[in-house]
Amino acid sequence: MLGLGAARLEADMNRLMALLFHQFIWKEKMEKLAHPSTRWLMWDSAQGVLDEQFMQLQQLQDESSPNFVSEVISIYFRESEKLLKNVRSLLSALHLIRTFVANWRVMFLSHRADRECTDYRKIGIHLNQLMGSSSSVGAKRVRTVCLAFRAASEHRSWSGCLRSLEVLEHEYCYLKTKLHELFQMEQQRVMAAGARHHPLLS
Amino acid sequence: MTVEAEAQFHVLAVDDSLIDRKLIERLLKTSSYQVTTVESGSKALELLGFREGQSNTASVSPNQHEIEVNLVITDYCMPGMTGYDLLKKIKGSSSLKDIPVVIMSSENVPSRISRCLEGGAEEFFLKPVQLSDLKRLRPHILKGKSNCKEQKQEQQQQENNNNNDSSSTSSCSDNQSNKRKAMDEGLSPERTRPRFSSDSLTVV
Repeated sequence: MLGLGAARLEADMNRLMALLFHQFIWKEKMEKLAHPSTRWLMWDSAQGVLDEQFMQLQQLQDESSPNFVSEVISIYFRESEKLLKNVRSLLSALHLIRTFVANWRVMFLSHRADRECTDYRKIGIHLNQLMGSSSSVGAKRVRTVCLAFRAASEHRSWSGCLRSLEVLEHEYCYLKTKLHELFQMEQQRVMAAGARHHPLLS
Repeated sequence: MTVEAEAQFHVLAVDDSLIDRKLIERLLKTSSYQVTTVESGSKALELLGFREGQSNTASVSPNQHEIEVNLVITDYCMPGMTGYDLLKKIKGSSSLKDIPVVIMSSENVPSRISRCLEGGAEEFFLKPVQLSDLKRLRPHILKGKSNCKEQKQEQQQQENNNNNDSSSTSSCSDNQSNKRKAMDEGLSPERTRPRFSSDSLTVV
């Protein structure tokens, strides 16, 4: 009974991982993978929510560091949320400048330009950080959206930035939800597998 | 990863990103290195016992917080002191210049890469760093160790004048020639081609 539960969780996890990695199988790549549980993974470099870097994290997890992946991902979530919050407030500030100065015209024009410049540059810095950490954990789609967002900030396009932020928050939310699901399933699977070998229950 | 029979090598990793510090630490530990991570170039220099304008190491007594490292691996983009700045400081210091330095960056900028290599960096890794990249560290560490040994031998000979060091010197040079041989064998043509791909989406 418990064995069946663990197997079903494994199947569910497989499906979830396939979803995260998306699309078709690359056979040669799969054959090179050392870790047996990742051999069934499907991924596509253009569409996947996650890329091979996430698998690298999994491969680095072992008995000496059994919670490595969840530790790193927890840090990633914490830092990403901070960065997103900062970007959001910078974008609001930029919006205020736009609407406020529209009424006060020339007098504040140079100050506005400086302030805008600084704020867009700060957004760029936050995005670079988010891009870097996303790339390090394998969050491919989030990273791609950051790239587009950064371009909008370099062009100082407020509407472009706003649109990018919306997409970014959506992608980030999706990634977070799916990874939480994955970790929950992994925990349950470990418990189910462990219970099978429990001296009192076997 | 096989555990080396000889003493573990110590790597100092510098990166302002906590995630990247965790990652590089795990990668290095998996590759059997002893690791210390710091978040900035200035902290790194502090740990290494860097002193501005130092000419003679023998006259300065070591700080108890200083550590011995066999290699420094640093991120390029850091606030304050960049990886390149750190590289130049290390290479400009008489006591630290033999420590091999490797630079990492998430961006593939050829001019940046050549600037770092010309500045004395042994390798330039594109992030995210892979386990296979770390295999390229060993030859540089071994070369750094034999350079350090040479430097220390020179100093010792200066301090002790002539003396009975002939036996120890010959065994040292045997070690050195063995290590150089190992290093030569370890140095594949890849050594002159640091790993950087032109397309970050390329599956390596």
